[in-house]
Amino acid sequence: MESLEQIKSRIEAAVPGARIEIVPNDSPSGQRSLLVDREHGFAVAKWLRDDPELRFDYASNVTGVDWPDAELTEKVKVKKVVDGVEQEVEEVRKTVRPGYLEAVYHLYSMERKHGPLVLRMRTANRADQVRLPSLTPLWRAAELQEREIYDLYGIVFDGHPDLRRILMWDGFKDHPMRKDYVEPDDFEYEPTPHDEVLERAWRHYPAGLKQ
Amino acid sequence: MDEGLRSELQKQGVFVTTLEELYNWGRKNSIWPLGFGLACCAIEMMAASMARWDLARFGAEVFRPSPRQADLMIVAGTVTKKMAPQVVRLYNQMSEPKYVIAMGACAISGGPFKQGYNVLKGIDRYIPVDVHIPGCPPRPEALIHAFMTLQEKIDAQQLKGEGRPRHLDPDAPSEFPIPEYGEHDLEPPKNPEVWRPAVVVR
Repeated sequence: MESLEQIKSRIEAAVPGARIEIVPNDSPSGQRSLLVDREHGFAVAKWLRDDPELRFDYASNVTGVDWPDAELTEKVKVKKVVDGVEQEVEEVRKTVRPGYLEAVYHLYSMERKHGPLVLRMRTANRADQVRLPSLTPLWRAAELQEREIYDLYGIVFDGHPDLRRILMWDGFKDHPMRKDYVEPDDFEYEPTPHDEVLERAWRHYPAGLKQ
Repeated sequence: MDEGLRSELQKQGVFVTTLEELYNWGRKNSIWPLGFGLACCAIEMMAASMARWDLARFGAEVFRPSPRQADLMIVAGTVTKKMAPQVVRLYNQMSEPKYVIAMGACAISGGPFKQGYNVLKGIDRYIPVDVHIPGCPPRPEALIHAFMTLQEKIDAQQLKGEGRPRHLDPDAPSEFPIPEYGEHDLEPPKNPEVWRPAVVVR
């Protein structure tokens, strides 16, 4: 398979206007991925499927990721004049990165026997702009998994033939895999509570467990 | 009746019994389970009914495909919150006398999924359970042990008086409320008449 950089430049030539980023991965696997903007996501995916060199004809896995608002801190050296003398002072700068939801597709080629290519798309935010293009018209295998992402993360896939909840029931309002999901508090006694469960146990049995 | 007199009569070829004993003897040896499984425990349940463990020895080999003909519900596996109303509805559709075995860690407490958002923390929150079997999954021997425990329970039931079984008590409920799908959880999350949270006493 070509390198991601080659694929990226070929996509940019084939799909005009597509904004593509290579997402680095500093884990031991080092598997980088392609981040595609949502306006051109469908066209890029179609090109990846149909290009005779790549022929990604098999979507093996589709999953969602929730990225909540994150406060990034970085230390910056700033030159300042202190008591008339110019000094280098370290300052901590805080920036807030707005959260978003992400859909991740793992693509393989049965014909060319290569892969995986990791394709990502991100929503604009986590609240009201949560739409992404559905890739189910390209890979039928994505149908149920996109439904699962819709159910558990709340990404709305435009162009999906049958977007309903799949694991939870239809009247359910929450998206349980989101980081800020609050589950119903139906704690009952456990013999060996720990961590979060221990805190909950304290709330429910203040006299019994604290000793 | 006096046990000594009874065995003496039996030696003479006269068999004496009571209606209650005969009734319970008949019931306990023909417990027909409802043929339904929810997860991997169902595989063990099937194994228990096959030749090696042979549940037929206990008169319980007839897995009925209809709740109307079944006496026993074996809740074999994880009860998700989405599945719970259907399980309760099936139980309501069974005719009295009916019994429940909660098989495996999930059915008795939620098991490894207890802290999850989508799994019921034990079917005993909605329906009365007669025998709980722990295990993940319990071996067929454990299920057979549960059967024998249930048989003992049926055998000891008195047909009259305070402790009489539910089907002979016109005031006892035979159906239990089916939970509704709520916006965040099942409504109600438990049936307080059947289940109460554990009280920690130290």
